[in-house]
Amino acid sequence: MLRPMLALVAALAPLVAGNPARAFSLSEITSGVYAHQGKTSLMTRENAGDIANLGAIVGDEAVAVIDTGGSLIEGRAFLAALREKTQKPIRYVINTHAHPDHIFGNGAFVESGATFVGHKNLPRALAARGPHYLSAFRDQMGDALDGVTIVPPTKTVDQTMTLDLGHREIVLQAWRTAHSECDLTILDPKSGVLFSGDLLFLQHVPVVDGSLLGFLDVADRLAAIEATQVVAGHGPLPAPWPKALEDQRAYLTRLTADLRAAIKKGEGVAAVAKTAGAEEREKWKLFDDYNARNATAGFAELEWEGP
Amino acid sequence: MPDMNTAARSAAGALFALLSSAALAQTAPDPWPELVVDIFHSRPIAAADGVIALDAPARAEDAAIVPMTMRFADPTQIKLATLVIDQNPMPMAAAFTLGDTSGVGFIETRVRVNSYSNVHAVAETGDGKLRADAKFVKASGGCSAPAVKDEDEAVANLGKMKYREFKSADPGKREAQIMIRHPNASGMQMDPVSRAYLPAHFIDSVEVFQGETPIFKMEGGISLSEDPTFRFTYAPNGAKTIRVEAHDNKGGVYKGEWPIGEAS
Repeated sequence: MLRPMLALVAALAPLVAGNPARAFSLSEITSGVYAHQGKTSLMTRENAGDIANLGAIVGDEAVAVIDTGGSLIEGRAFLAALREKTQKPIRYVINTHAHPDHIFGNGAFVESGATFVGHKNLPRALAARGPHYLSAFRDQMGDALDGVTIVPPTKTVDQTMTLDLGHREIVLQAWRTAHSECDLTILDPKSGVLFSGDLLFLQHVPVVDGSLLGFLDVADRLAAIEATQVVAGHGPLPAPWPKALEDQRAYLTRLTADLRAAIKKGEGVAAVAKTAGAEEREKWKLFDDYNARNATAGFAELEWEGP
Repeated sequence: MPDMNTAARSAAGALFALLSSAALAQTAPDPWPELVVDIFHSRPIAAADGVIALDAPARAEDAAIVPMTMRFADPTQIKLATLVIDQNPMPMAAAFTLGDTSGVGFIETRVRVNSYSNVHAVAETGDGKLRADAKFVKASGGCSAPAVKDEDEAVANLGKMKYREFKSADPGKREAQIMIRHPNASGMQMDPVSRAYLPAHFIDSVEVFQGETPIFKMEGGISLSEDPTFRFTYAPNGAKTIRVEAHDNKGGVYKGEWPIGEAS
């Protein structure tokens, strides 16, 4: 906490020095659809929480922002970059779920007057987890967390909802518990681009914070969505749809099979957390940061299967 | 018997500290001396000396589901075994009173771990003395939170139980697992609409019997994970069934009884 101020300036330089928009990559992947690729990393002070993919869809009249990043710093950089692309009003800020790397930037968009939109379970997830997130991430993000507030949605999606941006109607869909208990996808039928939130991970090992079986089920049902490209929650963008689902499905299937076999043999959760899914290690980044967690939660879930 | 009320009061203080001075987390004062006062009434606590041993992971992979195992070298010596997560809002996770003839060799359960914390396993032996083993558990990074995974599912399945048997590594004992569906909710979250704190809803006692003879009685709180789970060994007495009676803080009573199988 007491590091010299110079170090702070140096650490945050990529996001805050000079014009923040210049350091924040926001590419137009197709007409009127913008996306930013976060680093495949944990949230740190140095990256100011910039680890998730973010996006924006621009209609004739208005803009919808999709996720806001992992800090107020990143949210402001995103807003500045977006303002270089369009001056149209931001009508909606959509959060794909409750995790910090997707919502900690919300505060940067409050002044725009946008309506915040999320899954019907997002308010309670933020209520249950928000204070913990603000406390827990202070350790790893230090002062890069300054100014972050939890901004819950005022418009929530039970099943599906269409939002009009002016000759551009986007379709929001709420899913059963999968990656988390409040996952929302956004489809732009005009361009065929799907924003999957963290219902799709590429290169970054998938994270299960809801239900392993739900995640597998939803990933299968996602494949039926008529899109041509996807902006995943993490990893390269855009990616071909639905082919982009394959690696994640292989991982979740392998993990599920390993856990079922271990439970059948009567093994304990602590030991299984170290072994289940291990065959997939070389295929993913951040595997050692998340696989044991997925295995632990998956074990507790799958233990209830059968008689 | 640990004093749940004073533990809860100290818990409120710990929660305040957690939320208001997160920046100081790394230099947070050690709550253990105060917990010894509140939970163990300032009684002297000796080193474990092999009487009790705690297995805990070095890192809480999933903060909501952290396996903890207390092992007893000689179960006949143990009256009470208490599991304390020092830095949690409600540190006293569970206290197990062992049946006199239970022969419990270990009890494994799962807890929530809010932040970097020492975990203590404290045994009270027949002579009234306390002995403790401790492990340091690093909190998980990332988006891991000590919260319920799916609240709708947790409520829909409330009170369902499952019983499993395993081949025991100890030839004189049986190994079993009791699982109870329950959100074990903390009550510390605020309803975003009413701005009121949602009431806590958690399992506060679980009694496990073989036949009519107690194996253990657990008294616990919100630091136990959602769907409280207990895996343990015991010395069989020839009884034909395992019976469980669990209570929650809202007056819910959940019962189960299963035939003891051939696994040994």
